[in-house]
Amino acid sequence: MQRIRRDHKVRNFHQAKWDEPVVFELHRSGERGVIPPGTEAGITSEVGGAASLIPAGMRRSEAPKLPEIGQAKVLRHYLRLSQETLGSDLNVEIGQGTCTMKYIPRINEMLIRTPSMMELHPLQDPDTAQGMLEIYHKLDLAMREISGMDAFSFQPSSGTQALLAMASIVRAYHESRGEGDQRDEIITTIFSHPSQAATAAVKGYKIITLHPDEDGFPDLEKLKNAVSERTAGFVVANPEDTGIYNHRIREFTDVVHAAGGVCFYDQANANGLLGITRAKEAGFDMCFFNLHKTFAAPHMCGGPATGALGVAEPFVRFLPGPLVVHEDGKYKLKDQPDVSIGKVRSFHGVAQTVLRSYAWIMSLGAEGLRDVARIAVLNNNYLYHKILQIRGASAPYIKGRRLEQVRYSWKQLTDETGVTTEDITRRMCDFGLHYWTSHHPYIVPQPFTLEPTESYSKEDLDEYIQALAHISEEAYSNPDIVKTAPHNSTVHRNDESSLDDPAHWCITWRSYLKKTQAK
Amino acid sequence: MDFMIMSSTDLETEALPLSENRAFAHPYIPNTVPEVQEAMLKEIGLSSIEQLHDAIPGSLKLSGLMDLPPAMNEYELRRHIEGLLAKNKHAGAGGYLNFLGAGCWQHFVPAICDEINQRSEFVTAYAGEPYEDHGRFQALFEYQSLVAELVDMDVVNVPTFDWAQAASTAIRMAGRMTGRPVALLPKSVDPDKAKIIRNYCTPVMELREIEIDAATGKLDLEDLRRKLGEDVAAVYFENPGFLGVIEERGAEIAALAHAAGAVAIVGVDPISLGLLEPPSRYGADIVCGDLQPLGMHMNYGGGQSGFIATRDEEKFVMEYPSRLFGIVPTEVEGEYGFGDVAYERTSFALREKGKESVGTQTALWGITAGVYLSLLGPHGMRELGETIVQKARYAARKLAAIPGVSLRFAETDFFKEFVVDFGGTGLTVAEINRRLLAEGIFGGKDLSASYPQWGQCALYCVTEIHSQADLDRLADAIRKVVSTQ
Repeated sequence: MQRIRRDHKVRNFHQAKWDEPVVFELHRSGERGVIPPGTEAGITSEVGGAASLIPAGMRRSEAPKLPEIGQAKVLRHYLRLSQETLGSDLNVEIGQGTCTMKYIPRINEMLIRTPSMMELHPLQDPDTAQGMLEIYHKLDLAMREISGMDAFSFQPSSGTQALLAMASIVRAYHESRGEGDQRDEIITTIFSHPSQAATAAVKGYKIITLHPDEDGFPDLEKLKNAVSERTAGFVVANPEDTGIYNHRIREFTDVVHAAGGVCFYDQANANGLLGITRAKEAGFDMCFFNLHKTFAAPHMCGGPATGALGVAEPFVRFLPGPLVVHEDGKYKLKDQPDVSIGKVRSFHGVAQTVLRSYAWIMSLGAEGLRDVARIAVLNNNYLYHKILQIRGASAPYIKGRRLEQVRYSWKQLTDETGVTTEDITRRMCDFGLHYWTSHHPYIVPQPFTLEPTESYSKEDLDEYIQALAHISEEAYSNPDIVKTAPHNSTVHRNDESSLDDPAHWCITWRSYLKKTQAK
Repeated sequence: MDFMIMSSTDLETEALPLSENRAFAHPYIPNTVPEVQEAMLKEIGLSSIEQLHDAIPGSLKLSGLMDLPPAMNEYELRRHIEGLLAKNKHAGAGGYLNFLGAGCWQHFVPAICDEINQRSEFVTAYAGEPYEDHGRFQALFEYQSLVAELVDMDVVNVPTFDWAQAASTAIRMAGRMTGRPVALLPKSVDPDKAKIIRNYCTPVMELREIEIDAATGKLDLEDLRRKLGEDVAAVYFENPGFLGVIEERGAEIAALAHAAGAVAIVGVDPISLGLLEPPSRYGADIVCGDLQPLGMHMNYGGGQSGFIATRDEEKFVMEYPSRLFGIVPTEVEGEYGFGDVAYERTSFALREKGKESVGTQTALWGITAGVYLSLLGPHGMRELGETIVQKARYAARKLAAIPGVSLRFAETDFFKEFVVDFGGTGLTVAEINRRLLAEGIFGGKDLSASYPQWGQCALYCVTEIHSQADLDRLADAIRKVVSTQ
């Protein structure tokens, strides 16, 4: 018996590939997946059949064409689809810049599954939900400490919804001061998440977008030219998705305040700042954190999530309500005054994610949170140092000075080989890895944005670097293998020609069947 | 490293009751191993970890540690959280009998729904490509397709936050399609939902209220006729709505809207659609609602998820802000692929020039709703609808038989919720609910603040999870609490 050789440099990976049909194709007439609770004879004898209890014209005339499938087959089908999904638990998921794909502690996933969390109704008497409200309140206090803000709402259920809430508060604030019509402009930067601009536009604002200076910093002179008596507010992330921290941020917020505007902070990129610096000292009036990024709640394929919204004292009365307060030894839900923005989401937001983030903070403490920030930045700078050694890769703008993520460019590699960043992200799938390019528009050409977080070990980072280096070599020596990737994933390259064609796009199975009938 | 200095003599922390202050690498942070940190710092040419934050000016840096409770290990955390949660009274097995609804409802959750939405791959996936995340794309395409059959329409979105957001977006879509600034909503819409819609629509659109008939709880058609005009983009109504009533004049309402050039938007409870006719059959252009009844636990309101559905016409599709997943071929024959339909319409592509905004919303609940509908099938959905409407009617009759208690809308058919009028008891709903708590029951939502013109009314919700014995117990408890002053 000989030692089995495992000295290959990149993982010899293949994604699960089930060639699984669409669920409708599993239909077998008569099969049942689950039988719902029925009606006792005593009830039927009292009220009669259901048909007699609803208006005749409202009875469903044709049964919905849902498939009929036995229980084990439904389970098998969805388990196969889950195997064909590369959740961050399974791989070195450091390629989703700004998404902060950190370790999701299993204990928190267990804790939320207890009936005393899952079976709470949001409108039950607050006296019967004291444990839940205590968690809300304590997370509020912890986030005030982390940010320097004076009160938090966990009602917004995503970063985008928190941005909408902030834009709404800005509007309500200026209206309360009689300047609602006068101040109709919001300033942001081109590197900001599209939702910063988009949610401000939803609230009727005109958007002014600033481009960076040659070092990649937001341009203070451009900001000075952009502010006026029409300025309602300024929203920005810091660091931006490039990973560059704007050290003059206080000058920016001062300029906006001098013009009468409100400064609100997108803290999606907070993972390198915890315990190091805060929104308050940077001069922000409000900020939000993604609990499903920085605070270790899972991303869940795209939600449910929470955008924890914190504001300074002058803005507390505008927060969506009700707020959780601690008064007379009890936790209570307190209605907000009429001047508040009302509500952005039903009830109190995603309570189980509030619980997860509270549990995570309690698992780390102040020193642990500072370690998160330090190691996230250490991991990122290690990665940065080594990626710049890969042929064809560069990181535009100022050298060094990156915090927790970096936006890189394959421009040199693309110019020299014709292989694009989109090709490379598809080839990464062949190694059980992935990266995200950038928000649109692509200011950095052929972009890729990596954020390792604090969760990965040096070996994990080395695996990722090795895979990218390998693909770079392939681009220079055997570009076709990259351009035609993926080869070891669940499926091969999409033919996307129908996706923008109304005559051919198929958003549902029934639409697909209709549109492909004659063929 | 500062975190290493944790002996109880060095720090001024209180002694932790369950563990000593020991120094460990943190289980969640592998590179807190000191040797690894040193090696990494050395490799990148730094000598101390503090240098990594040199980009931040000293004036913005915190000088000490934040004031937060000391870290707990996993066992300590579990005891702590379980201790907190034990202070809650919950519904369901071993808990209170719950009759609260009003936008979040207690329904039967099949075990397989929980199994699938606990799958690590689905819990921790996010924004991957349709290759390594093929399963996620297919699961969401299937959810879109299954809800499409329920509502009998060809387009369904990757879901948004909740019903209120779905309704808000539907109204904004109508505004863009018609170029008009006004939307009409009946006063029977949940006041909290109306707050969300109002904030989302202001200042671009204006909301105006339609009166409801005090006797039936339904929309006042005469008032609707009066309020329709050339500035109205949309008429929004619900079926069944917040007050539980079933609206059988949907076709008439939609026709009035269309005659005035407005879009007809109908909000539905999808769990009713095995029994009730879907709005697409009576003229709805946009259908919206909450997926929460389809496999999500209440989660103190964390289970909400909003869907939007329309016909497959370009003028509708191009107005959705949401992602829409489409099925496509791949370069290998026989493979199913999935991708984004009309991506260029979204804020991802166009920032403030895209439709409203899109981002993280409630994808895992969409997947769960797909699993739920796959399990229930057409027969299960019909049986469920029948059971719910029978049980709700049984409960309503029993309550109405109690002296001093009546049904607010006695002649109107309802699905799973109904308004109970306690005016004849001389007691407030608040007092009745307090007494019911002592009986182990969560009474219906107090409507006396939102609808003061009706006095002491409450909104009761009865679903398939209530047995006849549960409903008899409710009636007996109410009879008991209202007979004492």
